[in-house]
Amino acid sequence: MRAFDAGWGGAVWKTLGNPIVNVSSRFGAVDYNGQKMMGFNNIELITDRPLEVNLREIAEVKKRYPRHAVIVSLMVESRQEWKDIIRRSEDTGADGLELNFGCPHGMCERGMGSAVGQEPAVLKEITSWAKEFARTPVLVKLTPNVGDILDPGLAAVEGGADGLSLINTIKSIVSVDLDRMVPLPRVGQFSSNGGYCGPAVKPIALHMLAALARDPRAGRLPISGIGGISNWRDAAEFIALGSTSVQVCTAVMHYGYRIVEDMIEGLSNYLDSRGMKSVNELRGQAVGNYREWGELDLNYKLVARIDPKKCIGCQLCVTACHDGAHQCIFTGRLPKDRPPHAHAHGQAQPPTPFPVGELAGERVPWVDDPECVGCNLCALVCPVEGCIEMVQVPNDKGFESWHDRVAKGTDKVPGGLHD
Amino acid sequence: MFDGALSGERLEDRLPDAKPLYSPGQAQAEAERCLYCSDAPCIKACPTEIDIPTFIKKIASGNVVGAARTIMTQNILGYSCARVCPVEVLCVGSCVYNDWHREPIQIGKLQRYATEHALKKEQEGGLRVFTPKAPSAGSRRVALVGGGPASLACAAHLALEGHRPVLFEKRPLPGGLNSTGVAPYKLHLADALAEVSYVLSLGAELRHGVVGETVSADELLREFDAVFLGLGLGEDSRLGVPGEEGPGVHGATAFIEQLKTDPSYSLGSVRRALVIGGGNTAIDVARELAQLGVQDVAMVYRRDRASMSGYTHEMDLARIEGVRLVERATPVEVLREGERVTGLRVALAGAEPAEQILPADAIFLAIGQSKLRAVASLFPGVELDKRGCVVVDAASRRTGNPRVYAGGDCINGGKEVVNAAADGRDAARHMIQAWSEALWQIFPSICAASRAPTPSGSPARPPPTPASR
Repeated sequence: MRAFDAGWGGAVWKTLGNPIVNVSSRFGAVDYNGQKMMGFNNIELITDRPLEVNLREIAEVKKRYPRHAVIVSLMVESRQEWKDIIRRSEDTGADGLELNFGCPHGMCERGMGSAVGQEPAVLKEITSWAKEFARTPVLVKLTPNVGDILDPGLAAVEGGADGLSLINTIKSIVSVDLDRMVPLPRVGQFSSNGGYCGPAVKPIALHMLAALARDPRAGRLPISGIGGISNWRDAAEFIALGSTSVQVCTAVMHYGYRIVEDMIEGLSNYLDSRGMKSVNELRGQAVGNYREWGELDLNYKLVARIDPKKCIGCQLCVTACHDGAHQCIFTGRLPKDRPPHAHAHGQAQPPTPFPVGELAGERVPWVDDPECVGCNLCALVCPVEGCIEMVQVPNDKGFESWHDRVAKGTDKVPGGLHD
Repeated sequence: MFDGALSGERLEDRLPDAKPLYSPGQAQAEAERCLYCSDAPCIKACPTEIDIPTFIKKIASGNVVGAARTIMTQNILGYSCARVCPVEVLCVGSCVYNDWHREPIQIGKLQRYATEHALKKEQEGGLRVFTPKAPSAGSRRVALVGGGPASLACAAHLALEGHRPVLFEKRPLPGGLNSTGVAPYKLHLADALAEVSYVLSLGAELRHGVVGETVSADELLREFDAVFLGLGLGEDSRLGVPGEEGPGVHGATAFIEQLKTDPSYSLGSVRRALVIGGGNTAIDVARELAQLGVQDVAMVYRRDRASMSGYTHEMDLARIEGVRLVERATPVEVLREGERVTGLRVALAGAEPAEQILPADAIFLAIGQSKLRAVASLFPGVELDKRGCVVVDAASRRTGNPRVYAGGDCINGGKEVVNAAADGRDAARHMIQAWSEALWQIFPSICAASRAPTPSGSPARPPPTPASR
């Protein structure tokens, strides 16, 4: 109810089932370079409170907040249990059901959670039970702990699901206590694997979301995006890749319900700036631009441009390019030897006039354009905003993908096993 | 090791650290701010060329002893240097964040965090920064004249390589200016002595003695394979004006030494103090007096503020602490009533009236120190330049006598501790190299088989030849 007062439009209730017993401690986190909880992990199970208490509270919330969506997450075992819990959940006035086929710790050892999500046939069958008993919409929450998300996703579609939600947490060990030699979070002198979430998992969630969104069967369904969403920009990215709604948990655990204010305002401002009247206009806008690698243009060429006005001379780009990329960023006024594998001939020539930085003087590096493959690494490591730009080098070759080459029979690259 | 010297309460105890030790959380947060530049400007700005980004990233990862190892490989006195270096004009001043108009990385504080942690681990018998090589039949004996930073650095680097350095110190306490001359709000005596104890723990020996009095130069040259002159500087210079001799007129370094080491010393009833000079020692003394509660502290300098050799950042702090500056004022006469100092008559350049009397209860002279020409001259072949500095080869720090090296203030006339640390290190490395070269000439085939690489970080240089700096 505090969440609704803060501005959240709906809530998914902590998974109901037969109450369980939890352990202490339950959470672990990955901090990175001063950022707390970049990744988060839990070994907590479903609700440990009596079903009756949860149902009474859900009914109370729906009574007080009839205009807010309340989805009840469920996890039980037998057909009869599913029947009973669905009926009792719907009796509260809840707006929908989410079948938790995702939990990768504890519950899966008992044949529930991700144990279901990893078996498409089982997932399909339980989904169809739920659809048989339910009057309200049924969402299936998917586990990312699978080889191809389409397998469980399509099983849910075949089972009759009204919508999908993903991702649940990723099976994980968050870190190891090197003094006690116990993984974390620690329960006495032992630990167990947990489920990983938080900002670190967003890229994995986006990929799985996009894979479903561009599938003609799964993409027709509403998809609730989950996984590392912390602000309006994350939410907008999920919506652009096909989500119809988003769910947030870790960021609220970290910073509280208040984060929704900026999520609403930021998303609204973004939609206004793009001339969009509703998030529905944003939904799926980026889906069509997610292609197979073989459909990408092999003739599109970028090179890095370093702005001498902005460069502070840290030369992180130089080290990154030499140790992690294509050895094409140099310093100093003299020509430089190219690496032995270079494609271009002769020495790399410094630009004329030589770039002298406003801040960094002669420490400003320069790019050997003929050798630059446009990989982005320098721009990614540069600490100064807008200092390294990737600019397109026009050419007259036109669009040609790998698939095009295969079709034309020009896909053989010299230097392989068959020369 | 020097507990006796630290038993009584001394005036310096009243002056707390200006830059306190970081907590682990503070150190980690600051370390994580470092961009980890390549070809980093901070390294180039350090006279000992510490690999600063590397040690900072080691702090960030929690490898704090490793961070200290990176520091102390280049500068064995990394602890005291972290605290006394003018980082504002060296490493911190060259951080790329300055050009970006952002707060530069606090390299000095991070270096203190790493080295203080490591020295504490050494004391506790924990993880060691270095394991010195055991002395062997091939170990050489080196006499180091003076127990200050240059000699300590030289002795430490020799001891690490299994040689046997012996320090000869004329004062009751070793450490040179680190113990007796550094402003307390930068480094207290106990901390300076802790670092000396560390150097001695590596295998250096400390003896009390005065070369030319208790031990002769000939003896040193006879009994040791090499001699290192880390003489420092001599007495505080005097003004040479009437009224100067007598109580109430103090040499600056003598004053700081008492403040730091003498439990019986007190300022008495000094309320108005004048500090003559415009260098860093003058600023230190003025700040110490102001911090100790002297109500009116003025620096008297013969030229204008822009011409002062003291660092601007130090002078800014002095002004904040209430120190006044009297510019273009040349002392003419110390005024006294009986024994008691009452003031200083100064000539004011380009002002009317041309003379002024500055009232004072005490006057502190920070106009330089004499050179210890006599000691250096005891060693045949050692030359002095016009200023009285010992002449050495710039790379090897070797004097005109091939077995005598020198470093620190006695070769540069008075620079930073970090310069002395670089001198001592490089002299040690060149001694070791010269011994190996000599051996090489006698037994080329034997040496070819067993020749070890030079100590880590030591550039392979040809045998040094004495030359004017």
